Amino acid sequence: MAALWVSVGSLIAAGRRGQRFPQQLMQRGALWTLKYASYYSRQQLMVTRRLCSAECSNEKTFDKILVANRGEIACRVIKTCKKMGIKTVAIHSDVDASSVHVKMADEAVCVGPAPTSKSYLNMDAIMEAIKKTRAQAVHPGYGFLSENKEFAKCLAAEDVIFIGPDTHAIQAMGDKIESKLLAKKAKVNTIPGFDGVVKDADEAVRIAREIGYPVMIKASAGGGGKGMRIAWDDEETRDGFRFSSQEAASSFGDDRLLIEKFIDNPRHIEIQVLGDKHGNALWLNERECSIQRRNQKVIEEAPSIFLDSMTRRAMGEQAVALAKAVKYSSAGTVEFLVDSKKNFYFLEMNTRLQVPATWKIGDSCLKAHLPVEAEVFIRRKRGTEEKDQGRGMKSSLCANEDSPFHKVEHPVTECITGLDLVQEMIRVAKGYPLRHTQADIPINGWAVECRVYAEDPYKSFGLPSIGRLSQYQEPIHLPGVRVDSGIQPGSDISIYYDPMISKLVTYGSNRTEALKRMEDALDNYVIRGVTHNIALLREVIINSRFVKGDFNTKFLSDEYPDGFKGHKLTENERNQLLAIASSLFVASQLRAQHFQEHENSRVPIVKSQVANWELSIKLNDEVHTVVASNSGKTFSVEVDGLKLNVTSTWNLASPLLSVNVDGTQRMIQCLSREAGGSMSIQFLGTVYKVRILTKVAAELNKFMLEKVAEDTSSILRSPMPGMVVAVAVKPGDMVAEGQEICVIEAMKMQNSMTAGKTGKVKSVHCKAGDTVGEGDLLMELQ
Amino acid sequence: MAAAMRVAGAGARLSVVVSDLRVAARSLCSQPVSINQRVEDKRRAALMGGGQRRIDAQHKRGKLLARERISLLLDPDSFIESDMFVEHRCADFGMAADKNKDFTVFGGSLSGAHAQKICKIMDQAMTVGAPVIGLNDSGGARIQEGVESLAGYADIFLRNVMASGVIPQISLIMGPCAGGAVYSPALTDFTFMVKDTSYLFITGPDVVKSVTNENVTQEELGGARTHTTISGVAHRAFENDVEALCNLREFFNYLPLSNLDPAPIRECHDPSDRLVPELDTIVPLESTKAYNMADIIHSVVDEREFFEIMPNYAKNIIVGFARMNGRTVGIVGNQPKVASGCLDINSSVKGARFVRFCDAFNIPLITFVDVPGFLPGTAQEYGGIIRHGAKLLYAFAEATVPKVTVITRKAYGGAYDVMSSKHLCGDTNYAWPTAEIAVMGAKGAVEIIFKGHENVEDAQAEYIDKFANPFPAAVRGFVDDIIQPSSTRARICCDLDVLTSKKVQRPWRKHANIPL
Repeated sequence: MAALWVSVGSLIAAGRRGQRFPQQLMQRGALWTLKYASYYSRQQLMVTRRLCSAECSNEKTFDKILVANRGEIACRVIKTCKKMGIKTVAIHSDVDASSVHVKMADEAVCVGPAPTSKSYLNMDAIMEAIKKTRAQAVHPGYGFLSENKEFAKCLAAEDVIFIGPDTHAIQAMGDKIESKLLAKKAKVNTIPGFDGVVKDADEAVRIAREIGYPVMIKASAGGGGKGMRIAWDDEETRDGFRFSSQEAASSFGDDRLLIEKFIDNPRHIEIQVLGDKHGNALWLNERECSIQRRNQKVIEEAPSIFLDSMTRRAMGEQAVALAKAVKYSSAGTVEFLVDSKKNFYFLEMNTRLQVPATWKIGDSCLKAHLPVEAEVFIRRKRGTEEKDQGRGMKSSLCANEDSPFHKVEHPVTECITGLDLVQEMIRVAKGYPLRHTQADIPINGWAVECRVYAEDPYKSFGLPSIGRLSQYQEPIHLPGVRVDSGIQPGSDISIYYDPMISKLVTYGSNRTEALKRMEDALDNYVIRGVTHNIALLREVIINSRFVKGDFNTKFLSDEYPDGFKGHKLTENERNQLLAIASSLFVASQLRAQHFQEHENSRVPIVKSQVANWELSIKLNDEVHTVVASNSGKTFSVEVDGLKLNVTSTWNLASPLLSVNVDGTQRMIQCLSREAGGSMSIQFLGTVYKVRILTKVAAELNKFMLEKVAEDTSSILRSPMPGMVVAVAVKPGDMVAEGQEICVIEAMKMQNSMTAGKTGKVKSVHCKAGDTVGEGDLLMELQ
Repeated sequence: MAAAMRVAGAGARLSVVVSDLRVAARSLCSQPVSINQRVEDKRRAALMGGGQRRIDAQHKRGKLLARERISLLLDPDSFIESDMFVEHRCADFGMAADKNKDFTVFGGSLSGAHAQKICKIMDQAMTVGAPVIGLNDSGGARIQEGVESLAGYADIFLRNVMASGVIPQISLIMGPCAGGAVYSPALTDFTFMVKDTSYLFITGPDVVKSVTNENVTQEELGGARTHTTISGVAHRAFENDVEALCNLREFFNYLPLSNLDPAPIRECHDPSDRLVPELDTIVPLESTKAYNMADIIHSVVDEREFFEIMPNYAKNIIVGFARMNGRTVGIVGNQPKVASGCLDINSSVKGARFVRFCDAFNIPLITFVDVPGFLPGTAQEYGGIIRHGAKLLYAFAEATVPKVTVITRKAYGGAYDVMSSKHLCGDTNYAWPTAEIAVMGAKGAVEIIFKGHENVEDAQAEYIDKFANPFPAAVRGFVDDIIQPSSTRARICCDLDVLTSKKVQRPWRKHANIPL
């Protein structure tokens, strides 16, 4: 073994000088491959894993592992197990019986019905499954039982190895206060603050100065962001002190105040750590996870464009110090908030026992998420309220957040370091020491991950949607693309589980390349049957602020203060879209004329070859005049007098259509094409609805009456599919505008449905326990 | 478009709506000059319709003039091509010829002359083998003309009946259509309506009020919603005139020109051997759980294009047109999402009529079966489920077009026989691995066979093992193969190719006697 390390070491050294190596050496120098194979991004993972497994095959780990999870992470763990020659057992609920992770595993055990509390959280059934299948270890994935110390205890009692951190580490990091104390002890930067009785304004100023401006002042007893004030100087501190102490006394009868460092333009950057049972720990660089909505990551990338190597090292070393302090022996994440001056503060370590159960927009119970609170506060001050959701009803969101941050397995980190984190977790769980040193951990290239969710990004950056994936095609044919998913065509996205479709990862030698690849990957991703957030993801990755690296955790709400509205077309893009849509329309009209003739059935057709198609096309309530003519595969289209040439194969059956518009290559998806001329086209990530009519039809269409839309203020419809948790009214009741009618739970979200106007309830169409679909009628007012 | 396109190419064979025009035009040409002059005058008057005031009134109601409707129905370019001549035909067309009753001219009521023109056109359409499309916007018989207009109706009805099964006949109701006029659409193959502006009833709300003292609005009595959801008189409803005519063009493309023509084949971009992996998991494991049969249909057919007929009536059966490898096919499928997909009176009649249309016009039938049986109960028995269920049975048995059947899950009892089974001369019958072909479900069967026995659960398990699977049928050859759902499209496309040359001779008879 030692010999191998030496040779590896020399290989690395040589590799740095950019020398090439004989093939036979490569086999042995697995690590070299780990470092450098990533340049060959396309084969990177494959190669890495093959070589890696070659090396690891000598190491005996487990014969059989039970994967106590579902979906993407279960599939991901099973993949590594297969590579390591470990047999796998999947657990599943009734509804998941034919899902991908079940098919991939060697064995599968049903652990209960669909609700997670009865299946994936059902410890008895899972323990039973472990005994039945004689699995030697359990990989919990993330969420579910991954941070449940009871479960870890049960496993220990049965001599089954828990692939994850030790119970005491889970416990230590699970407690907010204890973890902060531990962090302080380990000399990790924490958010400076003061919590207690402040005598007078002068003392407040003194404390504030000590902490350093800006600071945040509020009553200790006030939950969340309530009554929070931000002070940038002494004056403001005095004001803040006055208001907060008054409020503390009057509202809470508790004089204590909380003064804490206010982190300006915070970025959420986390360090991946890896520890073993021998007291070793490594940091595997950082991930930038600042693009979030409702405290859940949307996009992450590694490395961070913001960190310099100094800060990176400092953060890494502190993270390792903390991991060592709690004897952390697995893969874990240490999260930091980083301010605009690259000061970083420990937020939490991801192996908490249980996340605070519920949070609401504007009422975060996580102290750590001050920025979010501050933002809400500022918006309140401006008098801008949360925009209404859906039609005619207001809804407030609250979510039972189950581990937004705890993904044990992070593809972007794997991409830039070449490590297989799951494999390392399994190794250290078995008791092997880490096989890398800090110096071995490279940053090769750039990786970006988009979380593709089944959710509607136009409603609060993402309300869950459900459905059956009628068509599904991952863009894995593109270079540098990796997709971690647990679904297949025909899979159901149900109300019971996380609505994540996949982690879409692109890799490139630099950030620009990785982002360009992400753009292509998103355009080539075919997801039909459920609403998805590709429009939002694509908008973010081409946003100039994002591209420059100038962003923080408030990015989404800053960029889209009135909610996400889809891509804003430039005039050129709009013309391209109109030209493509018109060409599609004409192509399908021309095809409708092509009947294959049967023998002596029809007289040969005289081709009514029209020179010019005069069309009227409506997009976003604007009507454009288009004249299209075609020769072969190329359409010459005049949009409002501007000429464009559009070329494509015009395959009307293919879900993806590559179109060349005046030299610009665009990948579009035509989602629907109706006889009445309506068409939905996904262009630049966003779905646009157009209506194309011939000139004659458009003229006549002017006489068509606008149908009166139903009065939505007196009816309440479900804005999303879900389950009715509670109904608060019955027919005959008087309700006031804004009064809660019922609560609908979808995935992990509870949606309070409120009356759109004051009135008497005519009828209620749902009861607690009902499953409702999007647009289903819930209640009618008289 | 295709209508117009075919017209343009029709040459010697007149066809479709425009063929009707051409008849009119031709008769004009043979007139002496002086009469032509008169026609010119009349045409000018006709072009004005009932005058600007009435034209505006029609537009205000969100309705188009007959001439405008025609311009939408036809390929606009072919219209422009023959400019003046078409305008000429159109005038006649709008005035009297064809079944398009110009509301602004006659108040839509039917005169003897009007009826005569319609009959002429239909006769011509039949002799050349071209479909007839009627755009109805009529107030009923012209009371002023008395018995003559009644005779006119009967003449049209006779033509409808004579043309039935010879050429496709389509009615699009675009305004009121009351009294005797309603029977012509009823006799045609398909009746479409325009929402909010069209009504079909024998007697209007006023008469209803005076006779039965019922208070009912026009819309409730005979609006598009009523006829597409409750009565089943209309096959589909569209938002407005423009939508309706655009959809009619699309629909028309599925149909052959006459019963002598094979089903049309359109250029197809969707590979015929495309595998459909999403179907492998579509049938839920619990046999009590529903799924959407429409998902299966959309996945299997070309480009997910499916023109559903009667989508809001008797929803426990899905019928409609689609294409397989470019060729038009008729699809029949039980819908497990609605009433478990059982057959009842309405769904049987809906299915039977569709099957007979396809059979009459050489359109192959593809049947997706997931049927737990016929709906029990007094309502059904008193309503004559035996008689009505027999219609669907009759229709499938009688059909000689290529018949491909796929049993996706349940095929229980008599309903199994009915749904295009092998025994009714199904050409190719497939079962998915999830198929359960048996006399009845396990629970019911065990209750009968093991009446009084204690160990019911074991007996049920045994029954499921023995009968609730595709093997008993497969070993007897009642299904030709048990196929992977993902291969369904490829198999059907292949079978349809083989079956193109299918020929079946039935014994001579005057006509068969379907249990009406």
